[in-house]
Amino acid sequence: MEALDTLVLSRIQFAANISFHILFPTITIALGWALLFFKLRFQWTGDAKWMEAYRFWVKVFALSFAMGVVSGITMSFQFGTNWPGFMETVGNVAGPLLAYEVMTAFFLEAVFLGIMLFGWRKVPSWLHTTATFLVAFGTTMSAFWILVLNSWMHTPQGFELRDGVVHATSWMEIVFNPSMPYRLAHMLLASGLTVAFLILGIAAFRRLLGDQREEVRSQIRFGAVLAAVLIPVQIFAGDMHGLNTQEYQPAKVAAMEGNWSDTDGRTPLVLFAIPDPEARENRFEVAIPNGASLILGHKPEHVVPSLDEFVTEDGEMLHPPVAKVFWAFRVMVGTGMAMLALSWITVLHFARKREDANGVRRRWVISTLPRPLLWAMVAMTFSGWLATLAGWYVTEIGRQPWLVSGVLTTAEAVAQVPAGMVLSTLLGYLAVYAFLTLAYVSVIFYLARRAARGNPVGTLESPGSGQAEVEAIAGAGPRGGRGGRDAPGGGTRGGGLQPAE
Amino acid sequence: MEWFGDPAVWLPWTFAALMGLSILVYVVLDGFDLGVGLLFPFASDAEKDRMIASIGPFWDANETWLVLAIGILLVAFPVAHGLILTSLYLPVFLLLLGLILRGVSFEFRVKAHVRYKERWNLAFWGGSLMASLSQGFMLGLYVMGLEWSWATVAFASLTAVFLTVGYSFIGACWIIIKTEGPLQRKAVEWARGGIWGVILGIGAISAASPLVSPRIWGKWLGWPESLLLAPLPVLSAALIAFLWWKLRRMPYDDDRWNWTPFAAAMAIFALAFLGLAYSFYPYVVPERLTIYEAASAPEALFIIFIGTLVVLPTIVAYTALAYWIFRGKAQDLTYD
Ligand code: HDD
Ligand code: HEM
Ligand code: HEM
Repeated sequence: MEALDTLVLSRIQFAANISFHILFPTITIALGWALLFFKLRFQWTGDAKWMEAYRFWVKVFALSFAMGVVSGITMSFQFGTNWPGFMETVGNVAGPLLAYEVMTAFFLEAVFLGIMLFGWRKVPSWLHTTATFLVAFGTTMSAFWILVLNSWMHTPQGFELRDGVVHATSWMEIVFNPSMPYRLAHMLLASGLTVAFLILGIAAFRRLLGDQREEVRSQIRFGAVLAAVLIPVQIFAGDMHGLNTQEYQPAKVAAMEGNWSDTDGRTPLVLFAIPDPEARENRFEVAIPNGASLILGHKPEHVVPSLDEFVTEDGEMLHPPVAKVFWAFRVMVGTGMAMLALSWITVLHFARKREDANGVRRRWVISTLPRPLLWAMVAMTFSGWLATLAGWYVTEIGRQPWLVSGVLTTAEAVAQVPAGMVLSTLLGYLAVYAFLTLAYVSVIFYLARRAARGNPVGTLESPGSGQAEVEAIAGAGPRGGRGGRDAPGGGTRGGGLQPAE
Repeated sequence: MEWFGDPAVWLPWTFAALMGLSILVYVVLDGFDLGVGLLFPFASDAEKDRMIASIGPFWDANETWLVLAIGILLVAFPVAHGLILTSLYLPVFLLLLGLILRGVSFEFRVKAHVRYKERWNLAFWGGSLMASLSQGFMLGLYVMGLEWSWATVAFASLTAVFLTVGYSFIGACWIIIKTEGPLQRKAVEWARGGIWGVILGIGAISAASPLVSPRIWGKWLGWPESLLLAPLPVLSAALIAFLWWKLRRMPYDDDRWNWTPFAAAMAIFALAFLGLAYSFYPYVVPERLTIYEAASAPEALFIIFIGTLVVLPTIVAYTALAYWIFRGKAQDLTYD
C-alpha cells in the first residue's frame, strides 16, 4: 500500500512538473523564430511596427524563457529524486540523449540569450541577429533531443537487454525510432500554433482596449495568417501520428477511440461517451457509423484495435486507463477544430477588400473586424496550451502501464521515498506552479494593457531582460526614455520611472 | 596493466573529473550571482537595479553548469544519482524551489506592476537564500556520508550558513568589479564581512571529514601525504591573508586591482574543492559506492565522451565571448 501511494503521488508530481515545464518551451520554441522574423523584417523594411513587435514580444520571450529554465532544472532532478529505476535500467540510452541536449542546446541558448537580450548596443547588428537565431535554434534543438528520448520511450528499438539493463546497439535506430518524426513535427507545429494564438489574442486585446496603432493590426494579421496556415498542417500531421500509433501502440489508439470490443470492422467514431471500466463499455455513446474505421484505415472494413485484446487470460490489464486518454484526446482535437474555425473565419474576413477610414478600398482593414471576433481571439489566447497539454496526456497516459514500452513499467522505476514526503513536495510544487502560472498570465495581459495605453513598455522599466535593445531602438523615438534615467529622484534611477497611471 | 587502454577505468575517472569541474564552475559562477541576490536587503532600490544589471546577461548560463553537473551524475553514475538524490530529497526540493523563485523574480520584478516590485525583490532574495542554504546543507550532509542524524543535521546546518555567507562574499567581490562609487564601497564592506563564512566553512569541513572517516584521516595525515598536501592549506591561508590585506585598502581610485578579490575568491573555492575531491576519491557516494562501481556502460560513456571533446571547448569559447562582450562596469542596463 505504501509503495502504491508513493507511486501514485510520484506520478502526479511528475505530471505536474512536466505539464508546467512544457507550457514555456511551447512558447519559446516558436517565439524565438517569430522574433527573428520581426528583427529581419525591421532590418529589411525599416518599418517601426516590426521594431515595436520585437520590443513587446522579446519581453514575453525573456519571461517565458526564465520560467522554462527553472522548471526544466526541476525536471532534471526528478529522475533522481523520484524515478531512480528509470536511469538504472535505460540510462545507457537515455543518458547520452540527455547529455547531448545539455551540451548542444542548453548552453547554446543560455549563453546567446544574454547577448540577444542585453547585447543590442554592445555588439554589431549582425551578431545580435545571429544570437537571436542561435537562441531559436537552441530551443528547437532542445525539443529535438528530448522528443527523441520521449519517442524512444514509446517505440523503443536499437537496443538489447543484458542482465535487465538496456544497452544500445544502434544509435541510428534509437534516434530515428518510428514515432520520432511524427512527434517532433506535431510538437513543433503545436508550438507554432500556440504562439500564433498568443500573438493574435494579445493583439486583439490591445485593439479592444482602443489601441489603434499599426503594430496591432500587423500582429493580428501575423497571428491569424500563421494560425490559418499551420492548423491544417497540424491536423494532417496529427492524423499521420495517429496512424503511426495504431501500428506501434495499438492499445493507446483503442483507448483514444473508446473501442472496447469491436473486432470486425465498421467501428464507429465516438463523439461523446462516458467509458465505464467496470462494465468495459461506453455509456451515453454518440457516434458516427464507420467513422473510426474510415479515419484509421480509410475503408469501412478496417479493423480498429480494441481494448479487450489487451487483457490477459488471468485478467491483467495491459491497456491504459481509458477515460483519461479518451477525453484528453477529444479536448485536443476539439481545440484544434476551434483553432481551425477561428483562424479561417478571421483570415477570410480580414483578407477581403473593404473600405478603410479614408474611404479607400483595401485588404486587411482592421476597423471592420467585428468585436465578437476579437473577443473570441482573446478567449483563445492560451488555447495552444490546452491542446498541447491534452495531447501530452493522450500520449503519456496512453503509454501506461509502461514507462518504456515493453521494457520497464512505471511501478518498477519509482523511488522508495516515504509517501508523506512526496505528498509534501507535491503540494509545495502545486502551490508554486499555480501561483506562477497566474502571475505569468496576468503579467502578459498587464504588458498588453500598458502597451495599449500608449506607454511603450520599455520606458517604464528598470533593468531587466529585453531592456537594452528596447532602449536602443527606442532611443531615437519621441519618448524621453533615455533621458529619463538622468532625472533626479531615486524613483527614476535605472529607468525605473513610475508608470503614468 | 593497460591503464589508459581499459575504458572501464579511464572513462569513469574522466567523467568524475568532468563532473567535479562542472560543480566547481557552477559553485563559483552561480555562487556570485546567488551572492548578489543574498546581498539585496543591504542595498537601496537603485542599487538593487544596478546589482541585477551586473548579473543579467550571465545568470542563466551560470545555472546551466548545475544542469550539466547533475546531468553527468545522472548519465555517468546512474546508481549513485538515485542514491544521492533520494537521500537528499527534501533539501533538493528546497533548492529547486529557491532556484525557481529567484529565476522568475528576476523577470517579474521589472515586468509586473511597480507596486509589486518590492515583493518580487523579496522573492529574489528569498529564493537566493533558500538555494544557497540548501546547497550548503547538501554539502554538509554529503561530507557526513549522507546519514541523517541529529549530529549530521546540525553539522549540515552549520555548513549551510557558512556556504551562504561565502556566496555573499563572492557576490560582493563581483559587485566590486562591476560597479563604481558608493555601491562599490559598500560591496567592499560586504566582502570584509563575508570572508569569515569562507574561512569557517573550509575550516569546519576540513576538520570534520577526517574525523568522520578513518579513510580520509589516513589520506591526509599519513606520511608522506601530509607533506605533499601541505601546499593546499598553505596556499589557501596565503590567499585569505591576501584578501584581508587587500580588502582593507580597497577600493582603489584607478580601479586597477579591483578584480583581485574575485580572482582570489575563485582560487580559494578551487583549492577547497580540490581538497574535497581528494578526500572522497574514489567514492561517489561516500564510503559506499566508488565511481567505478557506479558507472554506466563504457559504450554509453564513450558516445558522450566524443561529443564532450568537441562541444565543451565550444561552450567555453562562447561563454568567454559573452563575458568579454559584457566586460566593464554594469550600466543601468547596458544602454550603450
Ligand atoms: C523524457 C521523458 C518524458 C517526457 C519528455 C514527457 N514525459 Fe510524461 N511521463 C514520463 C516521461 C516523460 C514518465 C517518466 O514516463 C512518466 C512519469 C510517471 C509515469 O507514469 O510516466 C510520465 C507520465 C506522465 C503523466 C502521468 C501518466 C499517468 O499517470 O498515467 C502525464 C500526465 C504526463 N507524463 C504528461 C506529460 C506531458 C504533459 C509532457 C509534455 C512535455 C510529458 N509528459 C513529456
Ligand atoms: C523529462 C523531460 C524534460 C527535462 C528533464 C527537461 C529539462 C530541461 C532543463 C534542465 C532546461 C533548462 C535549460 C537551461 O538551463 O537553459 C530545459 C529547458 C527547455 N526545455 Fe526541457 N526538459 C524536459 C522536457 C521538455 C520537453 C518535452 C520539451 C519540448 C518539447 C522541452 C523543451 C525545452 C526547451 C525549448 C527549453 C529551453 C528553455 C525554454 O525555452 O523555456 N523540454 N529543459
Ligand atoms: C485536430 C486535429 C489533431 C489530431 C487528429 C491530433 C492527433 C494527435 C494524436 C493521435 C496524438 C497522440 C500521439 C501518440 O499516440 O503518441 C497527439 C498528440 C499531441 N498533440 Fe495532437 N492532434 C490534433 C491537434 C493538435 C493541436 C491543435 C495541438 C496543439 C496546438 C496538438 C498538440 C499535441 C501534442 C503536443 C501532442 C503530444 C506530443 C506528441 O505525441 O506528438 N494537437 N495528437
